[in-house]
Amino acid sequence: METKKELAVAALRHGTVIDHIPSSALFKAVKILGLENCDNAVTIGCNLASKKLGTKGIIKVADKIFDSATLNRIALIAPTAVVNIINDYDVVEKHPVALPDTIVGIVRCANPKCITNNEPMSTKFDVIEREPETIIRCRYCNHAVKGSDAKIL
Amino acid sequence: MNPNSLVSIADITKDEILSLLERARYFEEHPNSKILDGRVVATLFFEPSTRTRLSFETAVNRLGGRIIGFSDPGTSSSAKGETLKDTIKMVANYVDLIIMRHHLEGAARYATEVTEVPVINAGDGANQHPSQTMLDLYSIYKTQGRLTDLTITMVGDLKYGRTVHSLLMAMKYFKPKFNFVASKELAMPQEYKDFCDAEGIEYTETTDFSPEVINSSDIIYMTRVQRERFTDPMEYERVKDLYTLHNAMLDDSKPNLRILHPLPRVNEIDIDVDDNPKAYYFEQARNGLFARQAIITRALGIDI
Repeated sequence: METKKELAVAALRHGTVIDHIPSSALFKAVKILGLENCDNAVTIGCNLASKKLGTKGIIKVADKIFDSATLNRIALIAPTAVVNIINDYDVVEKHPVALPDTIVGIVRCANPKCITNNEPMSTKFDVIEREPETIIRCRYCNHAVKGSDAKIL
Repeated sequence: MNPNSLVSIADITKDEILSLLERARYFEEHPNSKILDGRVVATLFFEPSTRTRLSFETAVNRLGGRIIGFSDPGTSSSAKGETLKDTIKMVANYVDLIIMRHHLEGAARYATEVTEVPVINAGDGANQHPSQTMLDLYSIYKTQGRLTDLTITMVGDLKYGRTVHSLLMAMKYFKPKFNFVASKELAMPQEYKDFCDAEGIEYTETTDFSPEVINSSDIIYMTRVQRERFTDPMEYERVKDLYTLHNAMLDDSKPNLRILHPLPRVNEIDIDVDDNPKAYYFEQARNGLFARQAIITRALGIDI
């Protein structure tokens, strides 16, 4: 019987924990959540041991609940991520992130001749494949890219 | 967004394609009429293209419509730094229809999002050029009497050739068989071969423009092999003549075979083919007029 594991990072009283992020996608996820400009206490763990992923990243944000649209944007680069909502040290809600059909405004199109790179406008990508790998396609120039290779704005 | 806009051939259904072909046939029989009387159409050519612009403007003129616009972006406000959105919103105040060509990919799609006036894409960079695809389909339909069960051989630059990619995708409704003939550097991209596999479309792929391929074809679609596409100039010199069609190569071809080419041609079709009744590229360009009259009247919601 396994004993209770040591916590790699301090427990959270209230807030959001996003777990099971592939280490390689961790800092993209930080960017997507806009944590660079967040005043709350943020704990970021990288290259932590994970049975599922080998190593994983984890993000804890104190006293903050994200709306699901924001969280689901992470699914593009970290489809394995799991969101935990913490209230008074208890997990009150736990669910995986879900990739939406259309991704507005967070991915830069890799095609320099795309209109989105030349006009002040939002980008739009349609998810054209989910398995075995996420592939998204620019609504404007039709350029397709793997979710893991997507350039985050 | 106006639902009658035409940005990509992939946006319209098989029935809409067939209905556009019927319209094109009507306009071939009645090229001059006054059905656009009182309508004003803008032709906004942010990238110069004389051939396409003349064809669209002739289509409007022959139907009695009026045209405003520009053919050189240097004379438009985009040269002063105006955004595409602002140009489109401004012009949309004046006209019933916008026909636009732009060097940036996706420009026409974006234009449809900022105005309720219908927009026709007359080419957006290397992306889409649906009126070319419609005139190709009309030319095939007219010369073969049908679109189904045809063997179509595509030759030359299959990697960058926007026209062959759009035609390939539009033909998915009509059970074609394709032969792709190109050098390795300009071979059909994998995504289009995957598309054929997914749609159950049969195809062959060769580097050799052989008699077997030619003699099995109902349509040979030639494209221009451009020197600037090659990373290695020696490779260009080696392959440029391999994909040139000469009249003698057509001796044992099918009687119904027709040679298509989106034009301009350089040396990929020898001029000795021009007098062969199987050469169809000049008539093909003429069909562009009827195909564009069909697209314009559909965009304006005019029944014929």
